[in-house]
Amino acid sequence: MTTIASLHIGELAYISEESLNEIPLKLLEMGCLPGAEVELIQIAPLNDPLYICVNGSHLAIRKETAAKIQIIKAK
Amino acid sequence: MSHKKIINVALIGNPNTGKTSLFNELTGLNQKVGNYPGVTVDKKEGSSKLQKNLKAIITDLPGTYSINPTSLDESIVLKTLLNSKSEKKSDVIVVVADIDNLKRNLLLFSQIKDLEIPTVLAINMADQMERKGITLDIKLLEKELGNDVVLLSVRKEKGIDELKKAIVNTYHSAKAFPLCNVNNRIDPAYFDRLKEINPKYSIYELWLMITHNSFPDTISREEKSALLNFKNNSKNLKKYQHKETIFRYQKINEILKNTYLVDRSKASDLRSILDKIFTHKIFGYILFFAVLLVIFQSIFDWASLPMDLIDAGFANLSSYVDKNLPEGVLTSLISEGIIPGIGGIIIFIPQIAILFLFISLLEETGYMSRVVFLMDKIMRRFGMSGKSVIPLISGTACAIPAVMATRNISGWKERLITILVTPFTTCSARLPVYAIIIALIIPDQKVFGVLNLQGLTLLSLYILGFATAIIAAIILHKTLNVKGTSFFVVEMPDYKLPSFKNVFIDVVEKTKAFIFGAGKIILSISVVLWFLASNGPQSYKDVEKNITENVVHQQLSQHKINKMIASSKLENSYIGIMGKSIEPVIKPLGYDWKIGIALISSFAAREVFVGTLATIYSVESDDEDITTIKQRMASEINPDTGTRRFNFPVGMSLLVFYAFAMQCMATLAIVKRETKSWKWPLIQLFGMGTLAYICSFIVYQILS
Repeated sequence: MTTIASLHIGELAYISEESLNEIPLKLLEMGCLPGAEVELIQIAPLNDPLYICVNGSHLAIRKETAAKIQIIKAK
Repeated sequence: MSHKKIINVALIGNPNTGKTSLFNELTGLNQKVGNYPGVTVDKKEGSSKLQKNLKAIITDLPGTYSINPTSLDESIVLKTLLNSKSEKKSDVIVVVADIDNLKRNLLLFSQIKDLEIPTVLAINMADQMERKGITLDIKLLEKELGNDVVLLSVRKEKGIDELKKAIVNTYHSAKAFPLCNVNNRIDPAYFDRLKEINPKYSIYELWLMITHNSFPDTISREEKSALLNFKNNSKNLKKYQHKETIFRYQKINEILKNTYLVDRSKASDLRSILDKIFTHKIFGYILFFAVLLVIFQSIFDWASLPMDLIDAGFANLSSYVDKNLPEGVLTSLISEGIIPGIGGIIIFIPQIAILFLFISLLEETGYMSRVVFLMDKIMRRFGMSGKSVIPLISGTACAIPAVMATRNISGWKERLITILVTPFTTCSARLPVYAIIIALIIPDQKVFGVLNLQGLTLLSLYILGFATAIIAAIILHKTLNVKGTSFFVVEMPDYKLPSFKNVFIDVVEKTKAFIFGAGKIILSISVVLWFLASNGPQSYKDVEKNITENVVHQQLSQHKINKMIASSKLENSYIGIMGKSIEPVIKPLGYDWKIGIALISSFAAREVFVGTLATIYSVESDDEDITTIKQRMASEINPDTGTRRFNFPVGMSLLVFYAFAMQCMATLAIVKRETKSWKWPLIQLFGMGTLAYICSFIVYQILS
């Protein structure tokens, strides 16, 4: 399963429809929607949290949350 | 008919949209912080003149991304909005949006619209449109939304008058209709059944009530249980919430497609350069600790002068009142209870204001979010959140604002642990105690040629405080069985220069909240302590007669006799009796009843320790400068051993006791308020008290 947690810094991907019900409501509301483009900007020291840009919002989320959000990597 | 009319306007918006700047711009310093009924979050209100004969009471609601709450702050927003039928309802809501993140901001707007409250959309930071490559067709947007839209640049003071006009128009037209009829898109039959239960409210209001168990104050018990019953028979609440959000974004995308265009190639890369530095694996931490050092250093350097002045000022005022008002209970109450009580509050203002200044600056610039990002993983090992860093730093000024700063931590367990351990950090009330004891027991020498031994001891006490907070957090993390999921998401806002107006108002408001919150308690305890110290059983009343009779043969000055009377009176007062009765308990720590009195008095605020000892050792208040008290303490003899009372073992034992013990009624009261139970403050009181006792005991027994 490819999730946001498996992205490399600078890599782009799209959030897939599959994990819709796994995405916490608050993240959905902040723009983390299926089909939205997501970029991993930075990983904090100790490999957690992750700093992402999705749908124009710059967010820091924990790895455990990121691991729930499935993605399709951009080619 | 030209009577003055007042309407209620609420400001709502995402964090970092300049909502508070707008509030400050509209209201200036006409602000007050009150409380929302039944809850603990501060309510910021201010008044603003909209036009001739029309004034608005403006409420600044806490920043939120949605009206579905995940933290205490956010649940206030929902609660306020659901009370739309009450007398205090908002006549107009202004949704403050940020041009950069318009899509996300419109989600909140669409939710507000569905509550069917008259709304104005204010899009802020319009001055940055060109730089960011954004074009917006405002006329078309107004048409598509069916709503007034105003462009603002709050920092440049542009668009404020237009906003006021739009508020007035919206108030008069009072048009309110939903933007997204979400119910029709999800499960119409289900929502029809929901509406049937209570047709008084809109479908969206009922939906919010059942999904968040948040009800208007006016709802009856039967209505509430009917709704809860319906909720318990619903299976798909979560799924429907997801669908709702997706549908809202579809609608917003449709609307923005023709009205809002962004040319991303124009985006600046300042953010990415600064992010690379501030969140760097090594430099990020070095920078953060450098920032902390600057903050602490400034607190010491800048605050010491005003603190000394305040201290001396109140001591002088006290003795002035004492000498110039007619002798009596009232004068004594004023000069020994009220004035020192108020002085005990004012003395903290310099340190607290300086600390708030820094925190406010760090938050305004956007740097604080990067610190949260850097520290989250580390703090999580201790059962806390990256957001706990701010309370722990604030705790070095005062635990009270620090405990209040935990409200944006969404996980209850993380928040609770942060609240419980914050009082271990070295607050400014401990400093006077540390200062005098260190001066007594640690020689003023340099080690390694540069480091001052006394300064080093003080630094160790700071580190001891932080370390204990961390260890306590680990223990609580392992032992506390508290339910509640933690959810962490932090927006990383754009970096920007701080607005000095915002910073100034923020510092003033927070300092005021401290003075009036903690001040009441500190003052009332001072008065109680004054009563206990100036009243007593029969033996207290006989003191004057006995001493005068006993010393009649000795050649003593009246001054000396008065001092003896004062000292003996205190010994026989209620507080003296209390001190004596706890003496057996504190003797193993190296303390006598006089120190016992000082320990009890410290519950008003820890620094009262110094003043109490000064009174006990009958140092007159008019020469109450630190050297005299210090000299008097240094010459105090322990009758059992014939050596100095404040020797090294006793001093160390006291330092450890003050580092650990929870001697602050005001903090206990705030913790009670924030946790809504006496359980947690009592755990703090006894847990920290026991730890202090055991550690002081060990320290004293080993050293002596």
